[in-house]
Amino acid sequence: MNDLTAAFGLAFQLLIGLDADLLEIVSLSLRVSLTAVGLAALIGLPLGAAVALYRFPGRRLVAALLNAFMGLPPVVVGLLVYLILSRSGPLGVLGLLFTPGAMIIAQCLLVLPIVAALSAQTVADLNAEYDEQLRSLAAGPVQRLFTLLWDGRFSLLTAILAGFGRAIAEVGAVMIVGGNIAHATRVMTTAIALETSKGDLALALGLGLVLIALALTINLLALALRDVARPQYA
Amino acid sequence: MSLAPNMLERAPAAPPRDAAQAGAGSILPLRLDGLCYVAGGKRLIDNISLEFGGGTRSVILGPNGAGKSLLLRLCHGLIAPSAGRVVWSTTKADPIARRQAMVFQRPVLLRRSTAANVAYPLRLRGMPAREREARVSEALARAGLSAQAKQAARSLSGGEQQRLAIARAWVMRPEVLFLDEPTANLDPAAARAIELLLEQVRDSGTKIVLTTHDLGLARRVADEIVFLHRGQVRERAVANHFFTHPETAEAKAFLKGDLTW
Repeated sequence: MNDLTAAFGLAFQLLIGLDADLLEIVSLSLRVSLTAVGLAALIGLPLGAAVALYRFPGRRLVAALLNAFMGLPPVVVGLLVYLILSRSGPLGVLGLLFTPGAMIIAQCLLVLPIVAALSAQTVADLNAEYDEQLRSLAAGPVQRLFTLLWDGRFSLLTAILAGFGRAIAEVGAVMIVGGNIAHATRVMTTAIALETSKGDLALALGLGLVLIALALTINLLALALRDVARPQYA
Repeated sequence: MSLAPNMLERAPAAPPRDAAQAGAGSILPLRLDGLCYVAGGKRLIDNISLEFGGGTRSVILGPNGAGKSLLLRLCHGLIAPSAGRVVWSTTKADPIARRQAMVFQRPVLLRRSTAANVAYPLRLRGMPAREREARVSEALARAGLSAQAKQAARSLSGGEQQRLAIARAWVMRPEVLFLDEPTANLDPAAARAIELLLEQVRDSGTKIVLTTHDLGLARRVADEIVFLHRGQVRERAVANHFFTHPETAEAKAFLKGDLTW
């Protein structure tokens, strides 16, 4: 109990004092996860929509894979990316292993199935409503895809948020491909794991609080945006 | 109400339509050739052969379940007939879909602003922004929606939404405009506004084909009546003649307001 209160006290001191190490770790976390989610959205939204709209060979397989991979264990993704990016791996020449770049790739792969599978569902629902109207207006297949993505933007925001929640909170993938190197690839989750095992509970708890606060803030912002805009457009 | 002959001579009052500009011939008359549509073992559209010419406003009249909406969807090309053909008059393979438009009974408005809804079909056709904006504001003005241009389309009233749907179809300057029960679920004032808008559409040279079970609407807007009953065309006549001298028992009963199904 004492440990806990002492840890909370120290944690708040770090937060209020804007500890340099803490800020560095938080900003790298945000940079990695936001970039990963941005990339995953860029690929996953059209991919999900395509799975929902187009009939192509292997479509069912892709849909099944996306759904199955929503719950992919981060360590496994980390391991695969590690193997691909390691010196002897197919992309070893890029020298990305143990850099933020590798972490972005790993988190992107982790988040992609979530964004794609959820947007496939959203787009399929919307397409059922829009189908006749879009055919009447003679929208082409690609036009239809982008129309539905845009008109589903408020629902798709939820898919992207789910992806962000997964990326910012995972340890396994960034630990394996990033290596938790101080001032280079240390992010909030890997730092928490390290500080906890070292016994520095204050820093771990401080980071934990920041992590929760960040996730909460981003979700609240997104929900607020949706609540302001949605009643008018939905 | 003026009759068909002088309607046929009416020259398009609006600027030349896209199709005319493109130098292509008219897609009218539209010919239906032994059209059938079967679903669940029932002949919902039963061997309909018809021709729709330009200029006149054709009203497909009949009770609920007569097959009016189906017939419109078949004409528009949304569903394929079980038998028979829908034949447009153009010999070119250019997309017929882009020269005719339809307003659904429950139009699907995009989750965007009123102006963006009207601009949408023009964007699909790749019209340059400047020309598009001019067209959109003209269409909004004619539909009486200029003040609502920036408002979210789905926050409009029922009558405004229906006018928006017509503006969105009309902005493409189609040669034919199909409307499915355009004033159902609207109060009399909103319905009147739709009728006035349709007069403008007619004056612009666009052929109107609309379905309704509303005798009042049919009397006010029809130049000719196609009376549909149980998937069959039972009567086709110049509107005045149909209302004063219906020939079939079904049409007489329908005009008297008897139950005909």
